[in-house]
Amino acid sequence: MNRRPVLAAGTVYGVLLNSKDEWVAWAGQMGEAPYKAAPKAPVLYVKTANTWSACGAAIAVPARAPQVEIGASLALVIGTPTHQVSPQSALQHVAGYVLVNDLSLPHTSYYRPPVKYKNLDGFLGIGPRCATPTEVGDPNRLRLEVRIDGHLQQTVDLGQMLRPAAQLIADVSAFMTLRHGDVLLLGLGAHRPLAHAGQRIEICAAGLDALGVLTNTLVEETP
Amino acid sequence: MKHARVAYDGAIHDAIECDGRLLLADGRLVDFDAVTWLPPLAPVPWPRTVLALGLNYADHAKELAFKAPEEPLVFIKGEGSLIGHRAHTVRPAGVDYMHYECELAVVIGKAAKKVKRDDAYDFVAGYTVANDYAIRDYLENWYRPNLRVKNRDTCTPLGPWRVDTADVPNPMNLALQTTVNGKVTQAGHTRDMIFDVPYLIEYFSSFMTLNPGDLILTGTPDGIVDCRPGDVVVTEIENIGALVNTIRTP
Repeated sequence: MNRRPVLAAGTVYGVLLNSKDEWVAWAGQMGEAPYKAAPKAPVLYVKTANTWSACGAAIAVPARAPQVEIGASLALVIGTPTHQVSPQSALQHVAGYVLVNDLSLPHTSYYRPPVKYKNLDGFLGIGPRCATPTEVGDPNRLRLEVRIDGHLQQTVDLGQMLRPAAQLIADVSAFMTLRHGDVLLLGLGAHRPLAHAGQRIEICAAGLDALGVLTNTLVEETP
Repeated sequence: MKHARVAYDGAIHDAIECDGRLLLADGRLVDFDAVTWLPPLAPVPWPRTVLALGLNYADHAKELAFKAPEEPLVFIKGEGSLIGHRAHTVRPAGVDYMHYECELAVVIGKAAKKVKRDDAYDFVAGYTVANDYAIRDYLENWYRPNLRVKNRDTCTPLGPWRVDTADVPNPMNLALQTTVNGKVTQAGHTRDMIFDVPYLIEYFSSFMTLNPGDLILTGTPDGIVDCRPGDVVVTEIENIGALVNTIRTP
């Protein structure tokens, strides 16, 4: 595993239920036990350093899980600390953007933290290039494309995030500071495609070469 | 040996405890009061994994009206929430219930993957004390305990010492205690953990690699109370240390 992909050495935070389609898919259960109410603050999780996979790396899928969920997202790499920042100024704290593949073992409950589903070794593919804010412009205009063995399986419209990048940074910064090098993932689309060992996953942003193409191959875990 | 990490005279130093004073790596001997205490951890080349257990003492689970979990209930904190001994932790304005959690913290010493319980202690470098504050007003039932409760700036004091494993022959036989303004409010014992240290290392390393410097905060026993600005909270573990923290307003 290459521990030195393009991200700086900060903590990577993902966010649950940020896309409109994922929210809609869950809305019917939000009032039921054990959730009892829709989430108010951003629901975060951590992708620990053992999950980091460089672009091009093989990612091992455990034998106990025949399929993994592919989680295309955009990483916001923080340049200057965000402590209680406003949405108007939030994007000034972003140093750059990177494509990621936030892999998960499929799980049907969001009640407890997803450590055993999301923190397996290698379970965060990290794009080949950190694009500058100038190259990306408005990150919410991007559409991410997920291809498995060359076939388009999902398109994630970052414009349909309930908290667009600036709002997400602001709402997270209300309760915790993102430091230089920390990373916030913008969220995942619903109906994430499944893949298995032997398949090649490619993620790109349509019409924007500056982020490159994130490629990883899934392999069977060696015992 | 007891290791510390301190800021002193314009730089950050590794230090060890020496007859009630701090011996810096450069040979200077300084008083405890003369330094700013940092979390007692060496820097690591990638972000540190901080695993924290919920409901890992049967009495605490009962206190919070939960039945004991069948597998470890774990959440992950960012390194940015850590602060050192004798620092201040913020109580947000307008909240009703902020409580400490005195926890034995395990410091990993070498990369651990698919480690068996019987070998688990070989992968431990030492132990320290964590105070894993929670602000219960912010609890929501999505990836609970959610990070707004558990990953706030200043809300995870750690230290004062990292104590070598050689000085802690059995981490499952240590008394824990918390005082608030000098009055004992929490008293427990590590032998009452539901999932003990070897179990936790086997469990986590079965699906993720633990790296040197990573932390496992092993949960807290019964006896949590609300803390107010100005309160001095001392979380103490036998043979490991007494971690002092003071609550402040934002």
